[in-house]
Amino acid sequence: MDFDLIINSFPKLLSASIITLKLLSVSLIIGLFIGLFFAILRIKNNIIFGKIAYIYSYIFRGTPLLVQIFIIYYGFGQVEFIRESFLWIILKEPYWCAVIAFALNTGAYTSEILRSAFQTIKPGYIEAGRSLGIANKIIFYKIQIPIAIRQSLPAYGNEIILMLKGTSLASTVTLMDLTGVAKYIISTTFKPIEVFIIAGSIYLFITFIIHNLIKLLEKKYSF
Amino acid sequence: MELLLFGETGWGDELLIATLMTLAVSITAMLIGFVFALIFTPLKLSKNKFLNLIANFYTTVIRGVPELLVIYLFFFGGSSAIMFVASIFGYNDYIEINAFLTGAFSIGIISGAYSTEVFRGAIQSIDKGQFEASNVLGFNKVTSFFKVILPQMLRLSIPNLSNVWQITLKDTSLISVTGLVEIMRQSYIAAGSTRDPLLFYTVAAVLYLMLTFLSMKFINKMEIKYNRGY
Repeated sequence: MDFDLIINSFPKLLSASIITLKLLSVSLIIGLFIGLFFAILRIKNNIIFGKIAYIYSYIFRGTPLLVQIFIIYYGFGQVEFIRESFLWIILKEPYWCAVIAFALNTGAYTSEILRSAFQTIKPGYIEAGRSLGIANKIIFYKIQIPIAIRQSLPAYGNEIILMLKGTSLASTVTLMDLTGVAKYIISTTFKPIEVFIIAGSIYLFITFIIHNLIKLLEKKYSF
Repeated sequence: MELLLFGETGWGDELLIATLMTLAVSITAMLIGFVFALIFTPLKLSKNKFLNLIANFYTTVIRGVPELLVIYLFFFGGSSAIMFVASIFGYNDYIEINAFLTGAFSIGIISGAYSTEVFRGAIQSIDKGQFEASNVLGFNKVTSFFKVILPQMLRLSIPNLSNVWQITLKDTSLISVTGLVEIMRQSYIAAGSTRDPLLFYTVAAVLYLMLTFLSMKFINKMEIKYNRGY
């Protein structure tokens, strides 16, 4: 055990975890909107839009996240018209490539979580709303969405933790997040165990906080 | 398109071999994971607090830490750990362990943590009467586990194990960082030498989709087979 290394590398890893948290929160927020959008497409009884949403979620859940990042980061840079369009301002940055890949990936999983939450709402709630003469739009926003959010909290908590682990892949496109810095320290000092302990504990600490936050929310919105 | 042909100039045959390699690593990792799960599931269910703690530590740490970090630990730490053991026996040369084994082992440890949770859930949902009945019939613990509990546990855990299989299959793409030539690594090499990353990474995505699609078909068949009579 090299305790000097542990003490020296701790602040470096801690500051790198800020990038991890930034990646996580930005992609979760974007992914939530993408997921909600595709979940709504799935529950509306339009065959074509439903099929599109299904294919989107099937592709992003059936391929590794690493492939998705590489297609966006390395693949899109090769296409002439993307390089000449305004998109290039975003796609030339590894940070935004990673965020786009993470958001699309978590969006696919979120859409599945929200879809099953919408489908498990008892028809009685919607019928009760209708018999009270509430407009369909208001039933959707005031009855269906709040119940669906409550139903999907436990599954969404798992998804946040999976996404936290997913952000480690940002290190493969040159971003220095927690895993990126950990790999850099390992490959310069050849002390994998010490670095793994610190980086692993930071990840576990973040997981622990997310887990408890979700539990708190579940308690608050339980009925 | 001729880049994907088989033979000297195309990458088709290389990609086919890489796909088989991905499949081989995933199956090996899954089997290593089963070994871990069969060790840690009894610990998780035992009444001993200390054994519980060990099993919970394993599943919590592995499921809370990114896969990539675990792979780096074994990739950089594996050979030095073996060299340390070898140096005790007086062998001081550099030992390089096989990328396949390191990869399969690190992914196996990860999938083992998920399988442990699946098996624990399955055993807990077996009817209590089954345990009591095998007790009454005078089976000892080992016989009752292998003849009564295990067959039922496997049937109950097929749906969740199919999720673990999907996770494991996708996690093997991360082994490419250690240099093992599977789908991801082969596409990286091909993309680098042809300067056509979009094509090759899309092909990689299609290959992974095919693998997940075919394995889902296979697992569904198995589920029907083992649910006969229920």
